[in-house]
Amino acid sequence: MTTEHMNEEHTAAAGADDVVLEVSGLSVTFPSDDGPLPAVREVSYELRRGEALGIVGESGSGKSVTSMAIMGLLPRNAKVEGSAKLLGQEIIGLSDKRISEVRGQKIAMIFQDPLTSLNPVYTIGYQIAEAVLAHRKVSKKAAMDRALELLEIVGIPSPEQRLRQYPHELSGGMRQRVVIAIAMANDPDVIIADEPTTALDVTVQAQVLEALQKARQETGAALVLITHDLGVVAGQVDRVGVMYAGRIVEMGAVEEVFYRPRMPYALGLLGSLPRLDGDRGDRLTPILGTPPSLRDLPEGCGFAPRCPMARDLCHQEEPRLALLETGDRQDAVEDGGSVEGTGPAHTAACHFSEELVGATAADLFRATSVDTEGVGSVAEVEAAESSVAGARGEYLDELGEEPGRAGSGTAEPKVLLTATDLVKNFPIRSKGLLRRRIGDVQAVSGISLDLRERETLALVGESGCGKSTTARLLLNLIKLTSGEVSYLGRPLHDLTDRRMRPLRKDLQLVFQDPFASLDPRMTVADIIAEPMRIHGSAHRDARKRVSELLELVGLNPEHGSRYPHEFSGGQRQRIGVARALSLNPRVLVLDEPVSALDVSIQAGVINLLEDLQDELGLSYLFVSHDLSVVKHIADRVAVMYLGKMVETATTDQLFSSPAHPYTQALISAIPLPDPVKERTRERITVTGDIPSPADPPSGCRFRTRCPKFANELSDAERAKCVEEPPELMDRGAGHRDACHYSKVIELI
Amino acid sequence: MSENGMFGSAHREPAKKAKNSADRTQLQTVLIRFSRHRPAMISLVLLALIALFAFVGPFFWTWDHTVYREIPSNQPPSGAHPLGTSAAGHDVLGQLMRGAQQTLKVAFTVSLLSTAVGALWGATAGYYGGRVDALMMRIVDIFLIVPLLVAAAAIAGNSGAGASWAAIALIISIFSWATIARVVRGVVLSLREQEFVEAARASGASAPWIIIRHLLPNAAGPIIVAATLLVAVAILAEAGMSFLGLGIQLPDISLGQMIGAARTAVSTRPWLFYPPGVLLVLICLTINFIGDGLRDALDPRQTRVRR
Repeated sequence: MTTEHMNEEHTAAAGADDVVLEVSGLSVTFPSDDGPLPAVREVSYELRRGEALGIVGESGSGKSVTSMAIMGLLPRNAKVEGSAKLLGQEIIGLSDKRISEVRGQKIAMIFQDPLTSLNPVYTIGYQIAEAVLAHRKVSKKAAMDRALELLEIVGIPSPEQRLRQYPHELSGGMRQRVVIAIAMANDPDVIIADEPTTALDVTVQAQVLEALQKARQETGAALVLITHDLGVVAGQVDRVGVMYAGRIVEMGAVEEVFYRPRMPYALGLLGSLPRLDGDRGDRLTPILGTPPSLRDLPEGCGFAPRCPMARDLCHQEEPRLALLETGDRQDAVEDGGSVEGTGPAHTAACHFSEELVGATAADLFRATSVDTEGVGSVAEVEAAESSVAGARGEYLDELGEEPGRAGSGTAEPKVLLTATDLVKNFPIRSKGLLRRRIGDVQAVSGISLDLRERETLALVGESGCGKSTTARLLLNLIKLTSGEVSYLGRPLHDLTDRRMRPLRKDLQLVFQDPFASLDPRMTVADIIAEPMRIHGSAHRDARKRVSELLELVGLNPEHGSRYPHEFSGGQRQRIGVARALSLNPRVLVLDEPVSALDVSIQAGVINLLEDLQDELGLSYLFVSHDLSVVKHIADRVAVMYLGKMVETATTDQLFSSPAHPYTQALISAIPLPDPVKERTRERITVTGDIPSPADPPSGCRFRTRCPKFANELSDAERAKCVEEPPELMDRGAGHRDACHYSKVIELI
Repeated sequence: MSENGMFGSAHREPAKKAKNSADRTQLQTVLIRFSRHRPAMISLVLLALIALFAFVGPFFWTWDHTVYREIPSNQPPSGAHPLGTSAAGHDVLGQLMRGAQQTLKVAFTVSLLSTAVGALWGATAGYYGGRVDALMMRIVDIFLIVPLLVAAAAIAGNSGAGASWAAIALIISIFSWATIARVVRGVVLSLREQEFVEAARASGASAPWIIIRHLLPNAAGPIIVAATLLVAVAILAEAGMSFLGLGIQLPDISLGQMIGAARTAVSTRPWLFYPPGVLLVLICLTINFIGDGLRDALDPRQTRVRR
């Protein structure tokens, strides 16, 4: 204990001169009609030269507002208190003119959306040069030279040409790298990156994170990385702070916080995350309730209403962010973790943090599938669970009477939905009156798949790969260009809307966006009843079933007369599921059903989908870009790239032995929420961006980005990739991939 | 009870407001929300009074809108003629009642008729898109570019002077539904891309079902705003037609016509000008406020109710 104390002092003494950003007691309050909104409360941290600090938290936790306050970018009416010292200079409350001298020069910011943070009417070169000229008295020529140099550093191909291009001519990943280049233009001491990769695909995210690392190396800047993605944090930062309801509730070395969280919220967050390195059987543990409204913060600990170990003290007194008096730092060294005795302080804001030593999320949180967002205690959750179980029992009894549903124990699962050589081209038309067809976007180019009874088939790929289009083709919501879709052997694709209608009962869809997918003008009961009304159900019968369905998805059946806006994202997604279930479908097509939800909420919806499948015998076509979720929920996976299927296998096969270079790149681009694994794993990286589906590459569509094509193959071998499109070939045991030179490797 | 308690702070946590809105029907909710909109409620009462004055008033007043030998001409307001008399020997109060009546009939008919036709037309064009949209919108363009008064002159001129209020309402409607159609089409073009429309299609809903149940209700805001504006447009159009001798003709009378006739008498005989003028402004204003109230009441997301 004594040595440790000395160590602590030692680091503090050594670090004092080196602190580039010191935030202390920073609070931000927004005035509103309903009283003040304390968005950030008493946030303090120190950032040393060259250090990377992660700030994680769910939406509304105040993580972005904190950095906006430091940058002086908040609207005038926001009340900012406390202090932020940049290289010893106080920057809170500086005049516009004074802070402008600091911004961009000593502290730079990277925003989430690269499209809106660049000005569309100026060239890239002009915008980078402008950043240079703002703080340095150099010639325009010199500024342009610097711009060129910066573009090279962030890894933009053919930079001379890019300098003269406009933002819209660049892809999202490229634009974000330009933003990074602008941020590092004046060698700042601190770079604040606010969700820099959230809007990007994973393979592109990996490239941008690399560019960010490069920028730090070049400039020696310290980094504050704000994100909701625990995986990104694990790989990129040295220390991490967890924010909740406007406060930092836990802070410490990234290994400490990830392996030995000492605040129930941090533990819960980790437990609710589906992991690429986890097992399929693991149940996720959602956190009870929702984050508190800032207007109406609870007395005592902000997390207490959701905390399974909350006691009276927690509801009375807000815990300070205290240094942990622990002995487990010793363990850390023995564990072989990278904490070297003198690691940074680990602090947590919990009265009972010592009880969390060695605890896992499953010890504390309940792996439930009912909606926990409105409830306040574990007892309520249990009550809800038992009533849901009752409702599901009744529901199953009703279903049992239906023919064809009961026989589910057969050995060979029946194939329900089959697609053969699906092709969908969207015409590109000229502008003007004639609207001639001048080309095609080849969204889907020859996809074959089948969905069996009671299984989950995941369709995975990055944006623009055609996965959502495929899903809609399967449901006959858009007309296919060629190919065949059949359900139980009956062809669907040439049915008229009227003939299709009876089949729609069996095939239902759940959408990504829980806000856009529910008609805001209809009550929830009307929304859920709508499919039944369309299919001619009487009003009274539909009403009765609505409450059953609400209960089935874990919602309170009395809430039917409310409107969608009164519910949170997770609850709305449950409503979407209830609507899809209202016609007793056999197949649910789930189009990114959890991508829009915060992790603690997402876990509950994933559990719900798993339960419903088990109990109702549903088949899922699960469309997603998130491999971690897919690994958790799917039986089989099909990976798509630019309208083609590149690999398909069972989930175990695909993740343990991916064969196609794209699948390998995709898997290794997903950040693992595990600092040690994330930093030591083997990586297959791809370069560049996804080509336009209007003009796909010849031969193998992936060859333009393929690491194998670029690094391993001989010219003769490459010729085959350029000329001959690879067929989907079976490599045994149903594991198929479309690569001429595929080779299985192990990545996780 | 404070409104905020019900619609503001509780809105994040449905569990806590369980009993408040649970048992209301949609219609009741809309009515309650409307009744909270003070300007709209005042306007509704005022408009009801104006309608009462226009439609029931004539039964209780000695003089109607025609000329009587007993009425002295050009009298300022007096006990026998509270709003004075005109040069030709009309009782202005009697004229005002009849004029308000005719104006209200024309204005409301135009507003309702063209909104109904325009909204359906625009929503259909917007929902189907492509060629259907192009064709339907070209038709709209034709109606938009032909000047109302010229076309009205051509149609009304042939049918003989002094058309009935219904014929006038029809003529104005023919040339005003197109603006509504344009507005609604624009809104529907973005609405139809929303996932809830696709959700309905995925459940097997037909195009009319989607247009009537999803698209039109969600376009209610712009539709109502356009419809209230149309009331004012219709009143002006009718006044213009009457002025050109194509609209309602003496001895029958409308507010627009009264104002037109009194335009030279504003300073010399103000009693001829101000009563119809004020009444016209009142009608337009009240309808605008009622429109605001309706729009807010129909939108369930509107959490704060203006007082």
